[in-house]
Amino acid sequence: MLYREAGDFKTGYRSDGQTFPIRLDRWGYYALVAVAFLVVPFLINDYWANAVLVPFLIYAIAALGLNILTGYAGQVSLGTGGFMAVGAYAVYKLMTAFPDVSIVIHILLAGGITAIVGMLFGLPSLRIKGFYLAVATLAAQFFLVWLFNKVPWFYNYSASGQITAPERTVLGMAVTGPATSAPAKYLICLCFVFVLAWLARNLTRGTLGRKWMAIRDMDIAAEIIGVNPLTAKLSAFAISSFFVGIAGALLFSVYLGAAEVGEAFGINKSFLVLFMIIIGGLGSIFGSFAGAAFMVLLPVFLKNVLVGSLGWPTDLAAHIELMIVGALIIVFLIVEPHGLARLWALAKEKLRLWPFPH
Amino acid sequence: MTEMQTTTAAEGYVTADGRQIGGVLMDLKGITLRFGGVEAIKNISFDIRQGEIRAIIGPNGAGKSSMLNVISGFYVPQEGEVWFKGEKRGPMKPYEVARLGIARTFQNIALFDGMSVLDNIMTGRLNRMKAGFLSQAIWWGAAEREEIENRAAVERIIDFLEIQNIRKTPVGRLPYGLKKRVELARALAAEPGLLLLDEPMAGMNVEEKEDMSRFILDVNDEFGTTIALIEHDMGVVMDLSDRVVVMDYGRKIGDGTPDEVRNNQEVIDAYLGVAHD
Amino acid sequence: MDQLIFASEVLVNGLMTGVMYSLVALGFVLIYKASGVFNYAQGVMALFAALTLVGIQQGQVPFRHLINAIFGTHLESFGWTLPSVLAILLTAVVMIALAWLIEKLVLQHLVGQEPIILFMATIGLAYFLEGFGDVMWGADIKTLDVGLPQGISDAVEATTANWFGYGFFIDRLDIWATIIAAVLVAALVAFSQYTKQGRAMRAVADDHQAALSVGISLQFIWIMVWSIAGFVALVAGIMWGTKSGVQFSLSLIALKALPVLMLGGFTSIPGAIVGGLIVGVGEKLFEFWIGPMVGGATENWFAYVLALLFLVFRPQGLFGEKIIERV
Repeated sequence: MLYREAGDFKTGYRSDGQTFPIRLDRWGYYALVAVAFLVVPFLINDYWANAVLVPFLIYAIAALGLNILTGYAGQVSLGTGGFMAVGAYAVYKLMTAFPDVSIVIHILLAGGITAIVGMLFGLPSLRIKGFYLAVATLAAQFFLVWLFNKVPWFYNYSASGQITAPERTVLGMAVTGPATSAPAKYLICLCFVFVLAWLARNLTRGTLGRKWMAIRDMDIAAEIIGVNPLTAKLSAFAISSFFVGIAGALLFSVYLGAAEVGEAFGINKSFLVLFMIIIGGLGSIFGSFAGAAFMVLLPVFLKNVLVGSLGWPTDLAAHIELMIVGALIIVFLIVEPHGLARLWALAKEKLRLWPFPH
Repeated sequence: MTEMQTTTAAEGYVTADGRQIGGVLMDLKGITLRFGGVEAIKNISFDIRQGEIRAIIGPNGAGKSSMLNVISGFYVPQEGEVWFKGEKRGPMKPYEVARLGIARTFQNIALFDGMSVLDNIMTGRLNRMKAGFLSQAIWWGAAEREEIENRAAVERIIDFLEIQNIRKTPVGRLPYGLKKRVELARALAAEPGLLLLDEPMAGMNVEEKEDMSRFILDVNDEFGTTIALIEHDMGVVMDLSDRVVVMDYGRKIGDGTPDEVRNNQEVIDAYLGVAHD
Repeated sequence: MDQLIFASEVLVNGLMTGVMYSLVALGFVLIYKASGVFNYAQGVMALFAALTLVGIQQGQVPFRHLINAIFGTHLESFGWTLPSVLAILLTAVVMIALAWLIEKLVLQHLVGQEPIILFMATIGLAYFLEGFGDVMWGADIKTLDVGLPQGISDAVEATTANWFGYGFFIDRLDIWATIIAAVLVAALVAFSQYTKQGRAMRAVADDHQAALSVGISLQFIWIMVWSIAGFVALVAGIMWGTKSGVQFSLSLIALKALPVLMLGGFTSIPGAIVGGLIVGVGEKLFEFWIGPMVGGATENWFAYVLALLFLVFRPQGLFGEKIIERV
């Protein structure tokens, strides 16, 4: 079976506009989804869940969110960590205040609350652009972290200042709290990823997505052809923050179980997610996944090699990781500003013509 | 696209080639635009009639582009009134002006470089796509239906401008002449009542200019679109346009048919460079 | 009345902190003006400079952790202590080499990219430099002492006690920092106004293409500007390092220069200074009056929120010109 589009005729604008226009891609996607839902849960163990798969899924949501804002709408944000904190603290307050309501609803509501907060901090984007805006989003980062640290109401006056997720179940299966099994953690995250990725794809392919991209590529021209910058930018902030908030809620409740705001949601988290979309590919759904996978796997890989095999001290490995990440960012920006997603597309293009490249 | 009944002014005129021109579509009255102390436009009045091709010419720095920016709502003049379809236009944002049915192209191409040709032209129809957020999010019902309907309309324009083979190419990779054509396609996709073209033929070779002239005439002829354009190439202007406004140093120094303008002493002076006192 | 005297002490201390912010902001402005790059790594450059200075001064073996890990050795130091002046000079050389490398390896390949891409590249640079500094010199907190006077100034305390009946506590280091910063700024302004290189630098800042066409070497100017910025980072690193130890948080303090710039405008040297003073004074006074009511530590965010609110009402900053947008 060759990777071809010849013979795969489109008979209408609907089939021309579908997500995977090439048949083999479509099948590959169905197979991947089937394996992710039906096979992996039976194979997964604690190490794979905690070290790789669960963080990958959660960060993929955050990366999708930031990619909507930065990759599609062109508004660079350095406040992702702060917005994740909003999601985390919102879900914590909701979980403890309404223990009888389903955690799924809490997580969605946490996303909604983050969307409102995100819109609020997105308001300056109407007046300021580029790195002025990037720096302005630092205000969100530092202010929000400070807020959750200093106002005891947010952490229910706990002595340690930490928030701890109580046990909650979905369909009788614990998904938060210490008793959660690896498959349960994995599955709940996977469900959110699946639905949110589908929403992101739909939103970016249609009217709203075109408005975002128009604002990104040339905001003045966009306004003159009829895009209202207010609604375009604020909707990007809102939807992006909704995704990021859900990622924060899942990170805290399902993955970490307990969190201290400065540690879990500091400025480094903002950069981590930004790096994911730069390396994965700005303005690409696939890129968000690729970048998240890359940035989750890199430290695991380095730790295994440098500390596990070579026996170097952990702090040295951590510093080398910083160097590698920094260098990679620069290399990607120089060589391929569209990231892994573009490399993937190029590889597919080559494959489509193979073995007759001319 | 022929909404003549709303115009207030008297009946139009018949052009040299026998086309019936309608009443006043846009009326600019005493427009003055300042940037700080500089007066870019000084008390200019003229009208644009339904169905005509109206040119604005003048030496560099005469204020032509500023005039177009006033019409498209990008600059708000300090003095004067803009009347469109018989109604006085209040202070408006550019995107609100676009929704009135005024589309434009730009002197320095302003396409969305990160998007394909198709997506760029689809942005021209954004104001016609009304599907709600939820429908878009789940890609069901109105959103999908609308996408397909508008895609069909865009494909007609793609055919009209003969750019079928590049519809999925990212705009950033296109050569200059094609970019200009895609930009025209984007403006046409809005099915505008008034189309503004800012130097549509700047930087083109003779062949490309001929192509573009033909497209402009065809648009006017087939869709009945009213067109206001800025152009430096005198030959092109005199051939294409029905009436010409001449600007110099922010003032209007001539207004009329190409023949009238050609014989206007002040216009000749401005172009041949008589010293200003 | 007491309240007012306390407040004026806070104000003076705020001015001193503000000078420090201005110092870092200055490095940003220089690079931005000459190359249009918004150098996020300026703060990490200050950290790196301070680390290098301590390392050289105390004769530490560079990359000793890495070498020890690979070869199983136990290298620690060369066993010398260099005089401060020599150590500072050597560090300046390292910073110039760094500027050269950044130009060769990063900037040259990003010419003509959008500003936001360049900005993100400097975030990558910041990460790299932070890791590099740690690998080179170790991540432990170091004390930096190049012989700058420290401690509460007795003279100021005595004088103010005479005037107000209450002695101000002002650190002598802050006073020195102010003097050094003033000298540095004066030198930079003189350099850019009265030397050939300075004129070339301003020409590049105005228009890359035009500067190239009259025969100015863009490369040379960029290396020069990054070297100067590296030197400014070194000075800032010495001040901050002496004040609060050489550690990672130093680069976060330097991040404060960003809101300073937003207030002052990215292209204005006076703007950087005034912005720095406003932020320094503002955050200290805010913490003094409002801080106790909301749980303190407002310095973490005050500068950013101030800059954000300010920009919403005046997007071009204090000294920037109003932008006329064109199509």
